[in-house]
Amino acid sequence: MATAVESALREALAGPAPGAAALCALRDALAAAGGEAAPGPRERERLGALLRSLAAAAAAGPEEPAGPWRSCFAEAPPGLALSALLGALGEPRGAAPRAGAGLRALLEELERLVRGRLAAVLGELCQPRGAAELGAGLLGAVVALPERLSSGLQGGLQGGLPALFLPQNYFPLLAAAIVEALHEVAAALRGGSDCSISFLSHVLGKVCVRGRQKEILSVLVPRLADLTKSDCIWQRICWRLVECVPDRCMEAVVLGFVQRAPGADVLSRLLGNLVVKNKHAQFVVTQKFFLLQYGYTVLQELLETWSSSSAVKHSPPEQQEYISKAILICLSHLKDSEIESCRQELLTSMMEGVKCHLDSSLPQIRRLGMIVAESISSKINTDGPVLKFQYEEDDEARELKSLLVQAPSFCVPSVPDDSRKEKADAALPSASESNGKSHTAAAHVVSDEESDTELDSDDDLTPYDMSEDKELKTKAPVYIRDCIEVLTGSEDVDKWEATVKALESLVRKNPAATREVSVELAKILLHLEEKTCIEGFAELRQRAQVAVLTVDPIPVAQYLTSQFYSLNYSLRQRMDILDVLVLAARELSCPKVHGKTKHVEKPCVQLLPASDSSKDWRRIVDERIKSKTRRFAKGPSQVQVASGPNEFNSVAGHFFFPLLQNFDRPLSTFDLLGEDHFVLGRLVHTLAVLLYLAVNTTAVTAMGKALMEFVWALRFHTDSYVRQGLLSCISSMLLSVPAEHLLNNMTEELLETQSWLGDVVEKDPDGDCRRLALQNLLLMENLKKKLNKTVPS
Amino acid sequence: MAAPPPDPQFVLRGTSAAVHTLHFSCGGQEPDVPVLFSGSENGLIHVWNLKTHRVDKALDGHGRKSVCWVETMDGKDRLLSQGRDQKICLWDLAEGRASVTDSVFTENVGFCRCSLLKVAEGRWLMAMAAKALDEVQVLELPSKTSVCTLKPEAGAKLGMPMCLKLWQINCGSQPLLLAGYENGSVVLWNLSMGKVLSQLFCHQEPVMSLDFDSEKAKGISGSSERVLSIWSLNEQQNLQVHTTHRLVNSGISDITIRPDKKILATAGWDHRIRVFGWKKMKPLAVLDYHTATVHCVSFSDHKNPSERLLAAGSKDHRISIWSIYTQT
Repeated sequence: MATAVESALREALAGPAPGAAALCALRDALAAAGGEAAPGPRERERLGALLRSLAAAAAAGPEEPAGPWRSCFAEAPPGLALSALLGALGEPRGAAPRAGAGLRALLEELERLVRGRLAAVLGELCQPRGAAELGAGLLGAVVALPERLSSGLQGGLQGGLPALFLPQNYFPLLAAAIVEALHEVAAALRGGSDCSISFLSHVLGKVCVRGRQKEILSVLVPRLADLTKSDCIWQRICWRLVECVPDRCMEAVVLGFVQRAPGADVLSRLLGNLVVKNKHAQFVVTQKFFLLQYGYTVLQELLETWSSSSAVKHSPPEQQEYISKAILICLSHLKDSEIESCRQELLTSMMEGVKCHLDSSLPQIRRLGMIVAESISSKINTDGPVLKFQYEEDDEARELKSLLVQAPSFCVPSVPDDSRKEKADAALPSASESNGKSHTAAAHVVSDEESDTELDSDDDLTPYDMSEDKELKTKAPVYIRDCIEVLTGSEDVDKWEATVKALESLVRKNPAATREVSVELAKILLHLEEKTCIEGFAELRQRAQVAVLTVDPIPVAQYLTSQFYSLNYSLRQRMDILDVLVLAARELSCPKVHGKTKHVEKPCVQLLPASDSSKDWRRIVDERIKSKTRRFAKGPSQVQVASGPNEFNSVAGHFFFPLLQNFDRPLSTFDLLGEDHFVLGRLVHTLAVLLYLAVNTTAVTAMGKALMEFVWALRFHTDSYVRQGLLSCISSMLLSVPAEHLLNNMTEELLETQSWLGDVVEKDPDGDCRRLALQNLLLMENLKKKLNKTVPS
Repeated sequence: MAAPPPDPQFVLRGTSAAVHTLHFSCGGQEPDVPVLFSGSENGLIHVWNLKTHRVDKALDGHGRKSVCWVETMDGKDRLLSQGRDQKICLWDLAEGRASVTDSVFTENVGFCRCSLLKVAEGRWLMAMAAKALDEVQVLELPSKTSVCTLKPEAGAKLGMPMCLKLWQINCGSQPLLLAGYENGSVVLWNLSMGKVLSQLFCHQEPVMSLDFDSEKAKGISGSSERVLSIWSLNEQQNLQVHTTHRLVNSGISDITIRPDKKILATAGWDHRIRVFGWKKMKPLAVLDYHTATVHCVSFSDHKNPSERLLAAGSKDHRISIWSIYTQT
């Protein structure tokens, strides 16, 4: 039969344009040959050439060529027909495209082909003897069909392309065709013959790498998931399909599978042991998105990253959160036996990891560390004591924890639920009954007693209801000295609580009495530990401290600043000192109404919900910078605020300078430049705020200069929180110190700082640092402009 | 279910200072308006018209120092007031006047309220804390002659007198003085001999207030503690503890037995007024209106029992007037 085709071909190719009769003969011969006896290579070549010339003729001509040429395409082997059609359609046109009827006819033919015989194209190429050279060309054609058509026919066609050739329609179709082809392959395999699906894998890979995973895999994955459910041939086909994907496309394909697979079990069914077989896939799955593949090695690597202090220091928080999530998921998949075998390693890395996480100055990273450590410890200590940290339970924490529980299998245990409810219902009446009984019994007793007393008494007075007569809450002491007594020695918990609550107002009401004992009181408050669980204890204590400090600023500030560098304080106490200094400075520098201590806003609300004040610090500094920046542009602000003497003026130095003195002298328990960098960060922020608040005071220039030196010494600190503080210091300095003073006394330093800021803007790994540095540079620019304006040179 | 405690019948506001003492004068005949005298921390004595519930007069005679005691002598025209300026003033309020006609300089710096007893027509005895810290002096009014000075024996260690109550068994008999002291004891003094008749150690803390019912020979005292102490005087003029009553909250600043001896009221540091049946110390009511310590309680001297009132003055600047157990 091949000979019939061959002779028909020879005849058709004889003339410059094949005649209608020749084409008819060819078509008949093709139809007779059918799909099964594919022509030999020579015939294929000739047929291909013929088809190409037919297609080219149709595309070039304004009219549709007459004759049965269409049916030639329909009967020709689909691969050949497809490549010929695409070749003609995709040809780049030079001048204005001619939208002829021939072109449309070609498109129609292509559409028919794609609709009906795409699977055949693919199936053809799955045959072991599928022509490799053809495959390479077709691969591109199949994958890029929509793009080629649209670019080839750009605007050349009225009414646009048929909807079929839009990517969102074409790729699902392609997926269906792949499935169909796979069906064929499966049938062939069952029949014992050999098949190769590498072409399909390549198609899949290319489509995915071109970003069409969604379209193709949303059809393919569910079908495959369905088919592989029980059929091992299909499973093998599917594994093979993914395995044969070229390496460079592997990530895209696997990612698509992972995203679309409805669950871990389905995914593992689809991918098989791909991860083990294919190095690249292994890398992709375990390193890039180690989701759901839960070998212990993965966990181990994750934990290694998690517990490495340099990773914690240098990688952005989002990545760390991702790693933590992955660890939690891995943990949830670890089986008891696996845990048994690696308990020791888990423990070691947990210890290391939690250490460097808790060391971090960013609250969210500390919390991540806590959550992960808690989870690991609860996994490895099933019976022993487990780690327990204190952190705020918010949505994020809950989300993280929910990862620990393996996704449930979506079957709601309705029956036990109901029965439980019934039980509860059943239990309820009996309980209420018994309650009722006991009530009535009690009532009886009471009335008995009452009648007794009434019988006893010859008073004819009926008492009123006295059930409301409860014990009054303990009264707070009214004198400062009483407070000291209670806080230092009292065993009465109620009294102690009442004192803590009343102290701030007491101090503010009695400034004279407070001054007599101010330092003693400051000392007590600094050492005050929470005896009972009072709501907002830290805030109460802090407010009292602030009150004492504002009432008697100099001695108390001297005391507090001296204690900051003393031995034997906890970090909490040292940070308290800083916070209190800032809040008091703020209060002192705010203008007051009629000399009364009536502050415009409550300081603590804005500044310090103790736990993550760092954000607030930053926010405040940012806001200030922002507002200030605007002011420079618009000229002095118009709003007249309440005026009064700045009480901070005379005391600013006492707040500020002692804090600068000893930062580089490590104590045995406290090393600012070493591991206590979190306190250093707070210190730096504190100094920034103090300097900002010292605006318009006489000491501000000296303060600015001192702070500049301090910043210079620390500018390459590794902790980003410290660096942020340093940058805030610069901002404060630029904003607070008068411009003339800046230029006269600190020109050198300013220039150095400017170049440092430039470096930070370019190189700093922390985004906030870069932003702050940029703001500083802007401030400097503004300063320069302003000076130029005032002193025209 | 017992009825809920009543609300105050009305409340007098406007002293603009803590109220430390109250005294009714409602015994007059018809055209006379019932009045309530109140002494407050800012040194003013307000005369409240109980018909209009308004201040008729505000008397300023204690140099803006707290007024701790007011008492009338025969009707509402003559008023005695004691202030922290160490003076006791006699006011003439008749016919719209408001002048101090006489005064006594006590030289005492304590808080002890005086006690007045009419011993005969136109003759009164007044007990007051004297210059020496532990002494009590009794004067005869209106002559201001000293009747006696009651000085505890050396080593008695009573401390300052905290509250006083002059009384006599019946008209014409020997007047006696009950005094509560700083060390928590109640002492019965014989005035004519200036001797201690009996001493009862009934509190751990200074006695803040006491009242005595001469008919039943039974008295009650309160301190900063959580108990009321009820004691009695036997035939041999010995004081003995009768019973104690435990309170919900500690601290009593004033105790008054109603003139008809049926009920008594206490002013509590817990902002509450407590009413008890006097016979058995049966708790009758807890009146919870004030928002600060109640400093004083006083019963009115209405002739008609149904009109009788109870007044309480508090640190919250208010005077609450209650009508309670008026039918018995």
